[in-house]
Amino acid sequence: MAAHARAKSVDTTPLWKHVKKEWKLYSFLIIPVIYFLIFKYAPMLGNIIAFRKYRGGPNILGSEWVGFTYFEMFMKDPTFWRAFFNDLNLSVSYLVVKFPITLIFALLLNELRRVKWKKFVQTVSYLPHFISMVIVAGMVKEIVSLTGPINSVLASIGLEKISFISLPEWFPAIYVTSGVWQSLGWGTILYLAAMTGINPALYEAAKIDGASRLRLAMHVTIPGILPTIMVLLILDIGSILGSNFEKILLLYNPLTYETADVISTYVYRMGITGGNFSYATAVGLFEGIIGLILVTTANAVSKRTTKSSLW
Amino acid sequence: MKRTSTFSTFNILNGLFMILVVIFTLYPFVYLVAQSFSSEAAIYAGKVTIFPVEFTTKTYEVILSKPDFFRYYWNTIVYSVIGTFIAVAATAVMSYPLSKEKLRLNKFFIPFVLFTMYFGGGLIPNYILIAKTLDMRDTIWAIVIPGAISAFNVILMKTFFAGLPNELEEAGRVDGLGVFGIFTRIILPLSKPILVTIMLFVIVGMWNNWFGPSLYLQSKEKWPIALYLKQIIDNAVSPTEIGATSEQTSQIAASVKSTAMVLTSLPIICIYPFVQRYFVQGMMIGAVKG
Repeated sequence: MAAHARAKSVDTTPLWKHVKKEWKLYSFLIIPVIYFLIFKYAPMLGNIIAFRKYRGGPNILGSEWVGFTYFEMFMKDPTFWRAFFNDLNLSVSYLVVKFPITLIFALLLNELRRVKWKKFVQTVSYLPHFISMVIVAGMVKEIVSLTGPINSVLASIGLEKISFISLPEWFPAIYVTSGVWQSLGWGTILYLAAMTGINPALYEAAKIDGASRLRLAMHVTIPGILPTIMVLLILDIGSILGSNFEKILLLYNPLTYETADVISTYVYRMGITGGNFSYATAVGLFEGIIGLILVTTANAVSKRTTKSSLW
Repeated sequence: MKRTSTFSTFNILNGLFMILVVIFTLYPFVYLVAQSFSSEAAIYAGKVTIFPVEFTTKTYEVILSKPDFFRYYWNTIVYSVIGTFIAVAATAVMSYPLSKEKLRLNKFFIPFVLFTMYFGGGLIPNYILIAKTLDMRDTIWAIVIPGAISAFNVILMKTFFAGLPNELEEAGRVDGLGVFGIFTRIILPLSKPILVTIMLFVIVGMWNNWFGPSLYLQSKEKWPIALYLKQIIDNAVSPTEIGATSEQTSQIAASVKSTAMVLTSLPIICIYPFVQRYFVQGMMIGAVKG
């Protein structure tokens, strides 16, 4: 938030007096803060098992220190690196396709003049956002199956049927397309909200200068929503190593691990299925820290170049 | 607006593009519905594309005649109701003090909440905490507690509370209400839109949640519908288990997935058009903050 221009009277009473005076309000925070400490911060500390030989059981401290052993282990593990590059590949492909398409869709929606029609398109396009990942994955499997509509079309034009779901080379396309299907409409909400905030006088002035609709979009609308574009881009860049875990878990199979296995699914298989808790935690911690670094860096870059940022 | 621009080439192309988006979005649903009402022969021959082929309601009859489906449905409803109540109450209680500028310690508490949006403990430490250290396995608490308060929802609600006029609280104080009385009798009744929004966010999350339950719920009778549906999609439930007689087996095998998907997404699809605006509104309040 921008610094307030007006000078505020500084509260100079000692802190304990302030707390004593407002204790009733502060007491609201007791249970929620305990909740945050247990369910958000304790797992962060729980990451110490990445540095210890944890063998299961309720006590994460009942084991010995092993330092960076597990980190060295996964750094030499080709499966980890495969997951790492798959993660990058899937999220970058998704970002590169989704980001411009969503922006263009928002700009085109903004050009619709009939309110009812616009509302209808919006309502329909938001719908997939509310559909459970289990159903999304189930739908995808049905649609790309050998008896599904895509293969029916292929067969009807005389092409060979393709078993999409078991071919690694098709996984990125399935991942990206289903992701666009899920997020296309919902992703426009913040853009449309930002567009309604643009001063109409800017459009009027540009129209008097004879600007076409394309020029209006390029020189008024896009600059007007640039802060929103940047914030969404920062968030997306911050999650570049966080491909959609649930969706991949539901869509991949051993035949497609080659392109579909990402860090989070690897952590899941190693830790939850395989019981190598410490090893999996080390990998997960690595992913979390990279994510934090990415979002911080993207935020700093955006702050410097466009003056819009998350914090 | 000038009428002449309505029929420009751009408008026509844009309209066509929108129609394509609508088709692209709705087609998977249309396909599922068509398949769920088609005969096994038509499905296996790949004849179903848009409309049901050799219309039949067999699969629906079989699924709906067994109590299983309704039991899982009921579990989902229970988790949703309890989970939503806890989440909304906890979020409101936390957000109220955080919305008060005069509380100096908020300088510490707000970053304390925000940080959890950008960094989390990760899958394994969370699993160990919930399943082992706290031993919540196979209880409803493993489903409704760990995600009860999210930083995002707190920011939404805090922003809404901060926008309420201060004079109303003053009036309450003059009438002799304490801090708690002001919160329950003045703030909460004025905050219905945001409470409904958060409630809907949580309900949808609960309705669609399968990963948490798959980690923590071992007993099948406690499963929510999403988990049962996943088993059906994975071919892990045999047609006889679903209730098919021997001559119905192949019909069930062919369309049970699409039928189960239709039945599970139905409540969301039916309610969604009426409550959509709350979701959009929630996103916008969140955006003002961003």
